[in-house]
Amino acid sequence: MAALKRARQSCAGPNQRYCIQMSVALTGEPLLRSRAQGDRLHLAAAGSWTAQNASDLEPLVDDAVTASKSVDGVDLDMAGVENLDTFGAWLLERLLRGFAEGGVRITVIGLQERFRGLIKEAHLSNRKLPEPPGEDMVASVLALLRHGFGLLTRDVLLNVEMFGALVVASLRLLTRPRSFRMTSMVHHLDRVCWRAVPIILLITFLIGAIIAQQGIFHFRRFGAEVYVVDMLGILVMREIGVLIVAIMIAGRSGSSYTAELGSMKMREEVDALQTMGLDPIDVLILPRIVALVIALPILTFLGSMAALYGGGMVCWLYAGMNPEIFLARLREIISLDHFTVGLSKAPFMALVIGIVASVEGLQVKGSAESLGLQTTASVVKAIFLVIVLDGIFAMFFAAIGK
Amino acid sequence: MLAPPTNDAVINVRDAVVVLNNQAVLDHLSLDVFRGEVLGFVGASGTGKTVLMRTILGLLPKRAGTIEVLGVDLDKANEAERHAVERRWGVLFQQGALFSSLTVIQNVQFPMREYLNLSARLMDEIAITKLEMVGLKADVRDKFPSELSGGMIKRVALARALALDPEIVFLDEPTSGLDPIGAGDFDELIRTLQQTLGLTVYMVTHDLDSLYEICDRIAVLSEGRVIVDGPIATMLQSEHPWVKEYFRGKRGRAVGVSQAHA
Repeated sequence: MAALKRARQSCAGPNQRYCIQMSVALTGEPLLRSRAQGDRLHLAAAGSWTAQNASDLEPLVDDAVTASKSVDGVDLDMAGVENLDTFGAWLLERLLRGFAEGGVRITVIGLQERFRGLIKEAHLSNRKLPEPPGEDMVASVLALLRHGFGLLTRDVLLNVEMFGALVVASLRLLTRPRSFRMTSMVHHLDRVCWRAVPIILLITFLIGAIIAQQGIFHFRRFGAEVYVVDMLGILVMREIGVLIVAIMIAGRSGSSYTAELGSMKMREEVDALQTMGLDPIDVLILPRIVALVIALPILTFLGSMAALYGGGMVCWLYAGMNPEIFLARLREIISLDHFTVGLSKAPFMALVIGIVASVEGLQVKGSAESLGLQTTASVVKAIFLVIVLDGIFAMFFAAIGK
Repeated sequence: MLAPPTNDAVINVRDAVVVLNNQAVLDHLSLDVFRGEVLGFVGASGTGKTVLMRTILGLLPKRAGTIEVLGVDLDKANEAERHAVERRWGVLFQQGALFSSLTVIQNVQFPMREYLNLSARLMDEIAITKLEMVGLKADVRDKFPSELSGGMIKRVALARALALDPEIVFLDEPTSGLDPIGAGDFDELIRTLQQTLGLTVYMVTHDLDSLYEICDRIAVLSEGRVIVDGPIATMLQSEHPWVKEYFRGKRGRAVGVSQAHA
């Protein structure tokens, strides 16, 4: 006992966890000792029945309950327990319930008065447990498919609904032009267009350079280097300019729109707007989408120019093509048609990116995880739809012979 | 629940100086919190009550002074010692600060998973015990925080703060936003748990009823330091203008009424 007292005195401060384990080892008293005597089981509890020892105590308790099945009566001596917290009180309760279930007669002695409150709490807890949730529906492949299809249709409907709401809002705007939130739109224009210019220029410049470089490398074999200009010009003006810029903007601005709208939804700011009699579509979404629709053609133009520059640089430095030759060839190849084909896709892509971003943003539920999920979904869907739209446009323009 | 430290004060703050935005929010503040008591901490809004609590918890840095919690100077302690002390306290933030992507029961089990190595069954049972101790029913276990009412959020946050049977519990305005019945129940809950578990409670509050009903000692923060501290009787006798206005002013409770409850 003296050894235990000494150990306990040095247990002040941060080393208490290790001290408790030490004190058990010093005295050699296990947390729960059992001894069978005829048709009775004698249990002696000692030490600290606390959270730290809970993982050691649990198997001892379960073993004792199993051992009790073969006897008539159990004597439990709790006098040796020095510390008891809710973990210990619950394990004691589990022990007693285990005995009661087995129909064994229990005698408990040595229970200290100061633990009575905790033990009473534990005795009352875990009585009314809820039903476990039903079988998870995602058990069969068919159910999975049905679930997935349901999600898909719901998604399509949401996007169409948003498009409709935007059309209505725009029409309303035509009757009351003053009510448009110009300041908000210009603010978003600044963020989506002006601040994106450096990165768009850089990326498209590099893309142009890469295309030209690859073209020269392969066309060189046929001595047809000059046709690289054809490839570069047409590809950039018709497809690459608009697609790369749209993908960049979907990642950059689409995700930011979703995150903003999502956190506003989480904080009930969108609800607050509605209760003030304002339409979130008018206040939040319309300015953002208008900014995007204005920004994307501008950025597409700048991007295409930068890509041609990049290609021209590479032609000059890698293939030794003079800028005059490059420009002359470019002038022969590029017609207004190519230019308009590329640029006319831009507003539609902007609309798609904006609608998807807004719909996903407003789908955010109350948790941080949901915000992350919706932002990811927004970017992935926007990029996917942009590429699909590009394909549809390609077929359209081919059909009308442009 | 473990052997008591050698001195009686579980929290020792000496000459703490905390500066925010070039303003000394806490100016050579000294405070003691004794084991087993419920300390109510009051002050005008924005005077730094929560700042002191966050400084003690180590969430805000201080410019000067020493803070000792459970005998450990947190500035001088190494990481292992800090973690050991952090396991022995629980915190209830003003808005609950529950983890929004976890269910109620996962929130309560979170500290258990971090620090203890228990079986899933035991964790579930203990978590339900804690939830029932704070007055919730077991069927909230699978709800998400966004599906709970304000009062329920506070209760779940309290259950989480008590998950590891701490020795000290910090409560930041626990009854704000609760209706009078809910607030009264919460007060009673704190008192019962404090007596059952032997907790020391450090409570930042505006609620005069809480101060009257359950606080053993009250400390008043003004101009960066504690100007008065003591039981409610000391507060009522103080001649400091702010303290007078707070306890005996327009919303002060009549002493007679409170003594009828005591």
